[in-house]
Amino acid sequence: MAFTAFSGTAQAAEPAVRKRSPIALLLLLPGMFYLILFFVTPFFSLIITSLQEPDPLLFGEFNNAFNWQNYVIVIETYWEQGLRSIGFAALATLFALLIGYPLAYFIAITLRPFPLLQALGLVLVIAPFFISFLLRTLAWKQIFATEGPVAGILSSVGILEPGTAITGTAFSVVFGLTYNFIPFMVLPIYSILATFDLRLIEAGNDLYGSPATTFRTVTLPLSAVGVISGTLLTFIPAVGDYINASRDFLGSADTTMIGNVIEANFLVLSNFPAAAALSLLLMALILVLVGFYVKRSGTEDLL
Amino acid sequence: MNRPLPEDPMIRSLIAQAKRAQVSRRAMLAGTGAGATALALAACAPASTELSPAEDNSANDPNLNWANWPLYIDEDEDGNYPTLVRFQEETGITVNYLISVDDNNSYFATVRDQLALGQDIGADTVCLTDWMVNRWIQLGFTQELNKANIPNADNLIPSLQNPAFDPGRVHSLPWQGGFAGIAYNVERTGEVRTVSDLWRADLNGRVTVLSEMRDTIGLIMMEQGTRIDADFTSDQFNAALDVLREQVEAGQIRNVRGNSYSEDLVNEDSLAAIGWSGDITLLNLEAGYEKWKFILPETGATLWNDNFMIPIGSTRKANAEKLIDYYYNPEVAAEVAAWVNYVTPVNGAYDAALAIDPVLAENKLIFPDDETLAGVQVFRGLSAQEENEYQAAFQAILLGA
Repeated sequence: MAFTAFSGTAQAAEPAVRKRSPIALLLLLPGMFYLILFFVTPFFSLIITSLQEPDPLLFGEFNNAFNWQNYVIVIETYWEQGLRSIGFAALATLFALLIGYPLAYFIAITLRPFPLLQALGLVLVIAPFFISFLLRTLAWKQIFATEGPVAGILSSVGILEPGTAITGTAFSVVFGLTYNFIPFMVLPIYSILATFDLRLIEAGNDLYGSPATTFRTVTLPLSAVGVISGTLLTFIPAVGDYINASRDFLGSADTTMIGNVIEANFLVLSNFPAAAALSLLLMALILVLVGFYVKRSGTEDLL
Repeated sequence: MNRPLPEDPMIRSLIAQAKRAQVSRRAMLAGTGAGATALALAACAPASTELSPAEDNSANDPNLNWANWPLYIDEDEDGNYPTLVRFQEETGITVNYLISVDDNNSYFATVRDQLALGQDIGADTVCLTDWMVNRWIQLGFTQELNKANIPNADNLIPSLQNPAFDPGRVHSLPWQGGFAGIAYNVERTGEVRTVSDLWRADLNGRVTVLSEMRDTIGLIMMEQGTRIDADFTSDQFNAALDVLREQVEAGQIRNVRGNSYSEDLVNEDSLAAIGWSGDITLLNLEAGYEKWKFILPETGATLWNDNFMIPIGSTRKANAEKLIDYYYNPEVAAEVAAWVNYVTPVNGAYDAALAIDPVLAENKLIFPDDETLAGVQVFRGLSAQEENEYQAAFQAILLGA
């Protein structure tokens, strides 16, 4: 199902430009070579690894086999972390949309008469990228420290009991994910709204649409493509993120996400088959979820 | 192609041939899949079981790559390593000091594939912890040291000369060692003397423990009266694991961390922690006074060492041996110990340190006396099966699974 969601429209659009030429094949060659070497090969290697069984004698060594039970075992052991990943990523995507859409709208439409301010707004969205993602996440750990400024203010107004931990909770992980992925939400929406024809809003007003109605029936549907690509760009990496939920950053044992489980199995436990099986399951899960989402939202021409 | 075919009959026939040869999409996909599977299988091919050391080319190659942990060698304000600079001047060997080990397991995961094939891992000597050294030696990933090139190795303190994982120190020599004990913030909490003091009500949610299994579980086991340097049973290990699980689930332990536990102590998220001796000395130095106290619990603390090894694929073994020999010179060892604050394995470094800095020399956590050493234990070597089982159970707690 997910696969047809991706392939349907691409085929329909193709005949007009279809050309059969050895030169086209030749030009495709470097790209194909790259994909085969750096995507297809690791992918098959991952499949093979996920089916391996442990060597009975040597620790940390695995032999090729068809040990499909690996998949059953990892699902049984880590289903909770898997569901949590989807939940956290969905929440982060929702919050990023709620914060990102008005921001993109403000920069693209409200600031349109002031190109300089518009450029400044964009720079502010992109600026965090100039500082390492890890450093920024560590900074939030300090800001959310039990003796830190946020906890201090919240406990002085009585919202938070003094000494309560903010880091290591679901809140801090979802916050970190939202914060880190907001630019990925803002930029695609901005790029759609930046070329949005303002006369359409005027037309909506002329037809007695209130601002809310005009937004709902004109602006929002026309910017849907940006919203969908923004949500995909946020959701897909957020599901697999293992930095925010890591014990060393904003997470704890209660907030472990699937990326942390894969990391632990791969790096600490040397359980490569389990890590590979989890990676493939994660890939399949995202593909199904995203395929379903794209199908439902009716913007298949996006992909 | 919409444009007409070229006139030349030769080219015409070539194009026609190419068109006929064009593959269908399905055939293309099948071919790609088969090719990729073959490539992937080739990549996963098991290594030959017998590994032989790479040939030594040190005589023609005055270079050396040394992989080590962060903050683990003397460093001046300009970021140079004074002892290493002198070594390079003395020997003419250019040392590339790589700070590339952040964790035993993740370093091993990074280099194991090359090691299994006997290839160079980009490091000619690397310092890893006892139990990881044990794994390397068992897998045949190390070269034997030629002690004739390391005369100073005689300075190795007796208690470290015959560890179970490398009797007679054939494959490894200690770089630095340290203790895992308890650190607590003296301004914010009362005295902590034992591991069970960490489970006190006033420390609820303010305790951090190490993600290094042997240190955290080791301390708990010793408090339960189990000797970790002897043949303990699975039940004894699991009894300690139960304590950890209970305290993590109850929220008494705020977090289980690696090197970053020291950040928690600094920002006071944690008021007490299971930590490493050298770190606390350094933290107090930065604070300017003894804000944190580090204690070795009376029931026992763990002692570990990081050891030099020469990976199987290194072609600069003699250079590496020269480096090891240099650092077994007591004066040099004392200089390093004075900076890193860990335990030096070199006999005579104490006397050398007395001359540089008498206060430092009296620090029992850097130059432990017999009494201190009597109260610490080295976690025994685990069999592969035990390692697998224990580590999985420990990680399950850390992952909340």
